[in-house]
Amino acid sequence: MSKSGKNQTCSHDLPATQLNPALQAARDNKIKVAMIGLCGCWGCTLSMLDMDEALLGLLDKVTILRSSLTDIKRIRERCAIGFVEGGIANEENIETLKEFRENCDILISVGACAVWGGVPAMRNEVELSDCLREAYVDSVTAVPDAIPTIPYHEDIPRITTRVYPCHEVVKMDYFIPGCPPDGATILKVLDDLINGREFDLPASINRYD
Amino acid sequence: MSIQITIDGQPVVTEAGENLVDVAAQNSVYIPTLCYLKGKPCLGTCRVCSVRVNGHITAACSVPVTEGMQVEVDTTELADMRKALIESLFSEGNHNCPSCEKSGRCELQATGYEVEMVVSRFPYRFPLRPREVAADHIWLERDRCIFCQRCVEFIRDRQTDQKIFSIKGRGITAQIEVNTELANRMPPEQVREAADICPVGCIIEKGVGFNDPIGRRKFELQSVRERALGEEES
Repeated sequence: MSKSGKNQTCSHDLPATQLNPALQAARDNKIKVAMIGLCGCWGCTLSMLDMDEALLGLLDKVTILRSSLTDIKRIRERCAIGFVEGGIANEENIETLKEFRENCDILISVGACAVWGGVPAMRNEVELSDCLREAYVDSVTAVPDAIPTIPYHEDIPRITTRVYPCHEVVKMDYFIPGCPPDGATILKVLDDLINGREFDLPASINRYD
Repeated sequence: MSIQITIDGQPVVTEAGENLVDVAAQNSVYIPTLCYLKGKPCLGTCRVCSVRVNGHITAACSVPVTEGMQVEVDTTELADMRKALIESLFSEGNHNCPSCEKSGRCELQATGYEVEMVVSRFPYRFPLRPREVAADHIWLERDRCIFCQRCVEFIRDRQTDQKIFSIKGRGITAQIEVNTELANRMPPEQVREAADICPVGCIIEKGVGFNDPIGRRKFELQSVRERALGEEES
């Protein structure tokens, strides 16, 4: 999924148009930020977009290499700050998170799924086989008369027996709880970090829901 | 009898035998609590109010103040210890705030904010504790129970004074139980009292769900700290 091969080319391996040299030079001096999504609902990524025009005020300091707007599978250069949405529910999540860890100076868990597993972790209470059977075989939306099949293919990432928080797979530096956290909360964390202030989530903006 | 104690180095004049949590609150010092209820006998189950009294760490809710008592509340070590206790409660049960009816009204959640918890330092256990739905007006989401025993001690059958709730088993097999026969005799206001007294979303009133809109929920209107300190001023 994430590696180019004989029959597929990943978007991050496609040739990219060279930027205007002046723009490239300006961008080289900025703090590089990226955000990836693992097993989540993309709500936290939408919250990041909820920074709205406040983001414009940061753009003379930061450049965003990867987000839901530039949906490449892998970042092409090292980032100072990486945000992670979603927990670990399959092998592709593990590979993506480890690769992101190696290429980011600071990693931040964003949202309930990244912090502790969130809604996907509700499946930790049942056996994986029961979970798959419920989803694909005994599902009320199963196609009538079709042979019930649990999908299995080398291109489909194998799912893990449990859903894990990101910090149980790699070291995470900071955590922003919430389902999702407010755009203003993500903005505060980003603004603090790029201006050399300590990470700080006071009770007034800390939310778990 | 009027006595003097010190809290974080500040002299405080109070009455002998008063509860330390209340004395601190009267002097604008917030001590987080989960099992303690002002005016009710001390339970001492959650230990979240741990402070140092005359050099020894103890649960503040279990301490009647005495002359010359030296109390430390706001130290880095003690604050981290209290935070660890809150974090252990989040790890030990399933505290899925986004899907919980009690969110915004939950004392565990509100206290988590006050101690600035963002994640638990302990591995999340995801325990299996089947919910109990047999009673007519109440159900138990057992995986949210923090075993504070407020309901066990303070919610009793009005005719016989028998306990309606109890804890069965020990350690990882412990779980909260409800006597269905007695629970079905509870008048509506007692059902509500039981749901309100529960500091988490374990005791839930049937037919009542997400009753307050986000932004107007109990601890959004006034934080648990403001409530703990403010109630003392009035």
